[in-house]
Amino acid sequence: MTMRLDAPWGTRIDRDRPVSFSFEGRLYTGFAGDCIASALAANDQWLLSRSFKYHRPRGVLTMAGQDANTLVQLEEEPNVCADLRPIEQGMAVTAQNVTGSLDRDRFALLDRLGRFLPVGFYYRSFFSPGHRSWLKLWEPIIRKAAGLGTISLEPRPVAYRKAYLHCDVLVVGAGAAGLSAALMASEAGASVVIVEQGKETGGALTYARFDAEGTSRADRQLDTLRDDLDQRDTVHVMTGATCNGWFADNWLPVIKDETLYRVRAREVVIATGSHEQPLVFRNNDLPGIMVSSAAQRLMRHYGVRPGRRAVVYAGHGDGALAALDLIDAGVAVEAILAPAGHPMDTPPIDAVAARGVRILTDATVIEATGGAGNRHIRSVRVSHAGSEAMLPCDLLVTAAGYTPGYQLPLHAGVRLTHDERTQSFALTELPAHMHLAGAVGGHFDLDAVMASGRLAGARAAKGAGYAVDMPEEVPATPFEAGPPTPLEPHPKGRDFVDFDEDLQVKDIRNAIADGYRELELVKRYSTVGMGPSQGRHSALPTARIVAGQTGRTVAEIGITTARPPFGPERLGVLAGPAHTHHRYSPMHHQHRQVGAQMMPAGAWWRPAYYGDTARRDDAIAAEVDMVRQSVGMLDVSTLGKLLIRGTDAAAFVDRIYTMAHAKQPVGRVRYCLMLNEMGSVVDDGVAFKFSDDEFYVTATTAAVGRVFSEMVLLNAQWRMEVDIQNVTGAFAAVNLTGPKARAVLDGMASNIDFGRDGFGFLEGRTGHVAGCPVHAMRIGFTGELSFELHTPQSYGAALWSALEKAGKALRLHPYGVEASRILRLEKGHIIIGQDTDALTTPHELGMEWALSKKKRYHLGRTSTMRRKELGLKRKLCGFQLPADPSAEIGESSLVLHAGEPVGFVTSIAVSPTLNKTIGLAYAHPDDSTPGSQIRLRGRCGTDIDAPVVSPHFFDPENTRQDI
Amino acid sequence: MKLLTCPINGARNITEFEYLGPVRNTDDGDQERLIAHLFFAPNPLGVMPEWWRHTPSNTVFVAERHTQTDAIIKTYLPPGGGDD
Repeated sequence: MTMRLDAPWGTRIDRDRPVSFSFEGRLYTGFAGDCIASALAANDQWLLSRSFKYHRPRGVLTMAGQDANTLVQLEEEPNVCADLRPIEQGMAVTAQNVTGSLDRDRFALLDRLGRFLPVGFYYRSFFSPGHRSWLKLWEPIIRKAAGLGTISLEPRPVAYRKAYLHCDVLVVGAGAAGLSAALMASEAGASVVIVEQGKETGGALTYARFDAEGTSRADRQLDTLRDDLDQRDTVHVMTGATCNGWFADNWLPVIKDETLYRVRAREVVIATGSHEQPLVFRNNDLPGIMVSSAAQRLMRHYGVRPGRRAVVYAGHGDGALAALDLIDAGVAVEAILAPAGHPMDTPPIDAVAARGVRILTDATVIEATGGAGNRHIRSVRVSHAGSEAMLPCDLLVTAAGYTPGYQLPLHAGVRLTHDERTQSFALTELPAHMHLAGAVGGHFDLDAVMASGRLAGARAAKGAGYAVDMPEEVPATPFEAGPPTPLEPHPKGRDFVDFDEDLQVKDIRNAIADGYRELELVKRYSTVGMGPSQGRHSALPTARIVAGQTGRTVAEIGITTARPPFGPERLGVLAGPAHTHHRYSPMHHQHRQVGAQMMPAGAWWRPAYYGDTARRDDAIAAEVDMVRQSVGMLDVSTLGKLLIRGTDAAAFVDRIYTMAHAKQPVGRVRYCLMLNEMGSVVDDGVAFKFSDDEFYVTATTAAVGRVFSEMVLLNAQWRMEVDIQNVTGAFAAVNLTGPKARAVLDGMASNIDFGRDGFGFLEGRTGHVAGCPVHAMRIGFTGELSFELHTPQSYGAALWSALEKAGKALRLHPYGVEASRILRLEKGHIIIGQDTDALTTPHELGMEWALSKKKRYHLGRTSTMRRKELGLKRKLCGFQLPADPSAEIGESSLVLHAGEPVGFVTSIAVSPTLNKTIGLAYAHPDDSTPGSQIRLRGRCGTDIDAPVVSPHFFDPENTRQDI
Repeated sequence: MKLLTCPINGARNITEFEYLGPVRNTDDGDQERLIAHLFFAPNPLGVMPEWWRHTPSNTVFVAERHTQTDAIIKTYLPPGGGDD
């Protein structure tokens, strides 16, 4: 049987285009423009879902996507708002949270067992049998019984996007206030974006009634607003879009379909309207009970008669207006319930009375009763003027009040106050560049709403720098309401405060009785406001109950903290297209061609080793052996590189690093160690003095960004005559190392003398090799004869190829980061970040030699000396183990002293050269000299003693780098 | 997202900036003052001058920020620069 009304009811539907879809396996037909809920309602199907905890029947409540009653499942999408989503041909809709069928839900018996499921019941029950029974036994059962939709495990791929919008004024909400504000701001010259959650602009103008006469005045005003906005091409209207939060400096996420817009607005106008509140009484959740705006939306938008025989609760003036709409739509209005204090001599009340409707004064709703299985309301029991009456009906429309759409202002730190007289929240102390318009600002009279919109628009335009004639202030026009109905629990309960979580008045009271007086605790204990509607309907009654029970005012109680997002958002929207930042050396493809296994090093990708993953350890050992026996090369392009130029370059480097650089000769390379102000080691590298006013300094791959910004900061204070450049990406670099390194270079065309006498240890040269311009440094990287060649990155691949070619006869091969680490460990060369942590001092590393004794100042000198005076608590030492202990001991294994942990293993590896396990560890200073022993705590708890040896495990005299 | 005004480049998203710590007297000769700064770092309720760097342009400047409201009062290049 159809509930359809004739035109002009139903502005959104196209009666010439029927659309068929299924709900719970049954076929229904609606019209194009219908949402799922309206199409079902038109077919007299009101039951949409079962409630979360008690599996009670639920139906249309707000028709605005603000409640969980209307969440349904589509084939590939759970938790769809049936009162927003348009129907499509062939769409298959099913109910959620149902065991059996929606109509006959086996878990509906939970409704009768409610007294065994008190508030906080999860926390107090389900602890036995055994301490894991919650996870293993109870939680899966409860999750199955109380859940929302199911996600598709074979979803269609969806392309999500992120976009940016900039505007002078962002208006959130396209009702009468928002449109007025947008128009005003635009007329002043501002660029405007309007975000509207609904599918069309106009807000309440599209469905509500503002006076007894009818809607013609509102219709004209809406037409005018829309026409005026259409004229303005600097106004961008986004419908079906949700502004989901407010972040600092008016940075707002707006989600429309699959796109996340990040909007930066100079000024924001909040015109989010208000949320109509359900009335709290026994069985207030039965299908057929809805807020007044829901009934009006059903009639005006979709041409659906919300019932046949209605009772209207008029807690304020909008109730009588809704009753007039119902009468116009042919609904028999049984009675209007006017609570005590409701003004009786208003034009809408007179009009209702003139249409012959009974008006019951001093009325309250005691309870609603339902038909079979509580599937629909059948009657409502009311008290009025001291007597009780049972009114038969299939529709109860409630006009019980509004709360402002306060979420976005609260994100911005606005204060929420409460007016005891009008029983309404108000927003105060707005931040700069945010303006309220319309109902959210306490305006309910249509003329005042529009005037407040124009005022907000003018203020926003002015804030954005446009000249504007400021309209007059608009006094707040709250709706007239009587004193609040008391929130006494019905003896039989089922008077729901929170529909999402099935919480009744007594549940909130019990939470308080259980000792949770503060609202945030009441929320966490009872879960009130945690459901999909996020407290839009439960915040005010909860605050009133807590206030009443604890002898405070609602203003003192307030509401729980509001945080973004305003509404649910799909993870895909947040993930969107991800742009991960990768850096590749100029020789990257050459590594891949010869089978390199790449590993990440910060943003960089570096060769870990070359060869098959199945033979990883053998490949690494062979690379180490190659360097020790003949020659290998390592791509060190990722090394940080800094160019320090200027007349103060030497003095600057001298202040930054611990060694003496002031008198470092041109053409010499010196190790450099950097401390922070705390005296901790933060980086090391080498400094090559190009000329009297130019240093080329290397830094570790991971630290160069930090080192560079520290240098820039220090020079902002020191004001020395230097220019600091981070040239990391500008140069490729190769470390050629091994006893035959010189032989490789000898076979290449170069103007540099690489001979033993011509190119001493720790010297640098600039010239060319195989046609590539290079800065060459002879350093001790692996302990073997080593030349590091730095060339402009565009020459990197060519230099690499030339070296490969020249070294072919000597069986030169590249080696990777893993072999490099072992080679350096064999020499006891520390790796910053691996063998150091945030507290490591040079003294702990045994690197006093790196602290210049001649200098009065270098960065961190004071602190490191003071820390030395306090006494060392640990010292880095070398240790060795006979067998491969990788099952027991690894990096971070604890080092014990007298049974207490004093340090940890920083590096450990099997040395292919020495054929034993070697490592570095922080130990107690007493244990750290060669000949001592350290006790290591194995992974399985067994302790292993290891002899302490010199950290220079291999070639301690450094003879090999000197050949 | 917060905006920060670089003295050279104007208002930019704060993700373009790097925080470099509170401004202090860098006279390292005074050991006691340095130790006090490092280990008893100031945390005043009020306006605090801080070092910031606009990373794309490598501009180091001072921002005066209120530690309670997070409002940025003003930003400026450090005094005493060669261009002054």
